[in-house]
Amino acid sequence: MSSEKPQAPRKYLLAPGEVVEGLSENKGIYVFDYGGVKRATVLGLVEASQEEANYIPLKGFYFPREGDIVIGLVTSHGAANWFLDINSPYMGVLSVQDFFGVKQGGRVPDDPFSYLKIGDYVKAKIVAFDRTRDPVLTVQDKGLGRVVEGTVVTVKPVKVPRVIGKKGSMLEILRSSTGCDFFVAVNGRIHITCPNELLQEIAIMAIRMIEEQSHLAGLTRRIKEFIEEERKVRGV
Amino acid sequence: MSRVKQRPERFIDEMGRRLDGRLPDEMRPVDIKVGVLSNADGSALVSYGKTKVIAAVYGPREPPQRFAILPDRASLFVRYHMAPFSTEERKSPVPTRREIELSKVVREALEPVVLSELFPRTAIEVYIEVLQSDGGTRTASVTAASAALADAGIPMKGLVAGVAVGKVDGVVVLDINELEDNFGDADMPVAAAPDLGLITLFQLNGVMTVEEMQRGIDMALKVISDIVEKEKEALKGSIEVEAE
Amino acid sequence: MSYTPYRLPVVSRIKSESLISMLKRGLRSDQRDLVSPRNITIEVGVIEKANGSALVKLGKTQVMVGVKIEPGRPFPDTPDEGVLQVNSELVPMASPVFEPGPPDENAIELARVIDRSLRDPKAIDLKSLVIRPGEKAWVLWVDVYVLDYDGNYFDASMLGVMAALMNTKLPEYEETESGELIVHRDKLATPLKLNKRVVLVTTAKIGDYIVVDPNLDEELIADARLILAFDEEGNIVGAQKSSIGGYTRSELSRAIEVSRKASQIYFKLLDQALQLGKQAG
Repeated sequence: MSSEKPQAPRKYLLAPGEVVEGLSENKGIYVFDYGGVKRATVLGLVEASQEEANYIPLKGFYFPREGDIVIGLVTSHGAANWFLDINSPYMGVLSVQDFFGVKQGGRVPDDPFSYLKIGDYVKAKIVAFDRTRDPVLTVQDKGLGRVVEGTVVTVKPVKVPRVIGKKGSMLEILRSSTGCDFFVAVNGRIHITCPNELLQEIAIMAIRMIEEQSHLAGLTRRIKEFIEEERKVRGV
Repeated sequence: MSRVKQRPERFIDEMGRRLDGRLPDEMRPVDIKVGVLSNADGSALVSYGKTKVIAAVYGPREPPQRFAILPDRASLFVRYHMAPFSTEERKSPVPTRREIELSKVVREALEPVVLSELFPRTAIEVYIEVLQSDGGTRTASVTAASAALADAGIPMKGLVAGVAVGKVDGVVVLDINELEDNFGDADMPVAAAPDLGLITLFQLNGVMTVEEMQRGIDMALKVISDIVEKEKEALKGSIEVEAE
Repeated sequence: MSYTPYRLPVVSRIKSESLISMLKRGLRSDQRDLVSPRNITIEVGVIEKANGSALVKLGKTQVMVGVKIEPGRPFPDTPDEGVLQVNSELVPMASPVFEPGPPDENAIELARVIDRSLRDPKAIDLKSLVIRPGEKAWVLWVDVYVLDYDGNYFDASMLGVMAALMNTKLPEYEETESGELIVHRDKLATPLKLNKRVVLVTTAKIGDYIVVDPNLDEELIADARLILAFDEEGNIVGAQKSSIGGYTRSELSRAIEVSRKASQIYFKLLDQALQLGKQAG
């Protein structure tokens, strides 16, 4: 713990209905104003210093937002769209027109649904989402499209910040210790590309460990030790 | 041949104690655990003495029946059901009229606190099974459902809990067991959200004067606050806070 | 499985705003004050083949109740009592939003609230319905048919049930040597013995206002609804908070008080309506 701060921030848990004081940012669906008093709507952790309070929801699900990059799983398709499970209360919709970049001059082939099949993962961006329709996705942006190599692991969306770590510290340990590439999408899906299968297995185990032990101290160090130990044991 | 229970001669003895030794305003021990199921998004196991109830929550997700979709909020689906082995005599698993009514009453107890307007066109499903019945099953169910909804991370304005008030030998008593429920003079289930000061479930089976009813409501609201505190402890206890 | 109602009629914003502004002035859309029920007319004996029957009109809400008495067996845990069975139907003709099919949760709730409100205060003398203890007893089938729904089928139904029961006669019967029962359905003899009379009082909470006997529009804009059953001494013999809203402690107290006063009005109106019914028929 840094010794520069004059007073360590107070940390405490809040249950739904309990009063949240002095929030520094708008927490959207996680805080509810009832009769002038702000109350937590889901179980969360409050970090309160003298100046401000931050409220982090600990339970919940991924609520889509325009601009988010998500990894979706194709579960069905209609005549002109694929429908994606984006690990959220709502299905994502990816149109055939968008996938083949029709607006940018691309052409839809005769058999569009053989290019992206049920069971495929897709990296996509949410371009539209409002209360009247399901999230609309696009793949017409850098790095987006069908996931072709590596594997995808799903964690509870509230665990995503822990997988990334403070200022990306956990993610850095994962990358440097395994030599794998990690893309952590905000909807709890993580795309992992590794030099070989053994390292991929170790990477997946490490992520599961982070998910289970997300609230214990010293996790970053233990993950590093775990990966190094596993690599030694498996000779990779 | 059905086993017929005998009506007790007295419900309250000379020392003022009930059949199970409790005082009129005494609750049975209440136990609440959350996260007891791995597949459900949220779950809770609640017991009030021998009454044992399990609740599981899925959602918000696509509604199982598309006809019930609401454009501006989530639909709440609630199923209250008693397991065949939960009662004194084995009960057929086919939903009875009582279970249909109680599914409605429990749903209406939860609707005022769930922030359903945040998730239009989705379903929030609550499945409740009474595992063992010894009085007060619908109020224990509301408590379990509330804890399970919070465990699932479904945004709520506040938690709810319930208790059944009764009347035996002319005395208003708290948290009735099955004997007191079946052979007593009244069964008044109450559920409320104490943080919001809102009563969301209220029924009476039996006969009471207006004064007895008002007194019973106040007794119930007092312990409901305590039960909600237990829900909060169970939820907070399910998380270990980062120490670093 | 119970789910949030999805087919309720939409009340226009203009109408709901005007209803609320009228409430501020102590008035409702049909010129009533907040504590008065609508006009009640009751016709008894409308179904000759039934042992008892009544047609109730509470404003535009109409409910028909038929009572049939059939021979049967007492329940094992009450061998010296007859059997009460209450059923209710919200038939599709009554409202554009009632669907055909077996009784749904609303119809079941109505039947069960009526049943409890009669059974718990022992309003009907079930002991007088036993023929041979443990073996033979009369079964009282009370069927409540909501024919036209303009709000508050609870209060209307209970008035109909009371009127029908007050008008019900047990059939004559003989027992043969072998113990068989021969029922002379066309010879109605003894009146059914009632110990008490019960009424249901429904109040709806609309913002800060509590209104007695809500009509359909009021039910649709109400935040919550409470049904209380009263006997003539002012005891509460049943209660049901029905609908998705909630009550604060003081709102609940207020609703109980208002309902209790209204129950006395209902009993008076029940008497008047039955008197008129007798004079007419």
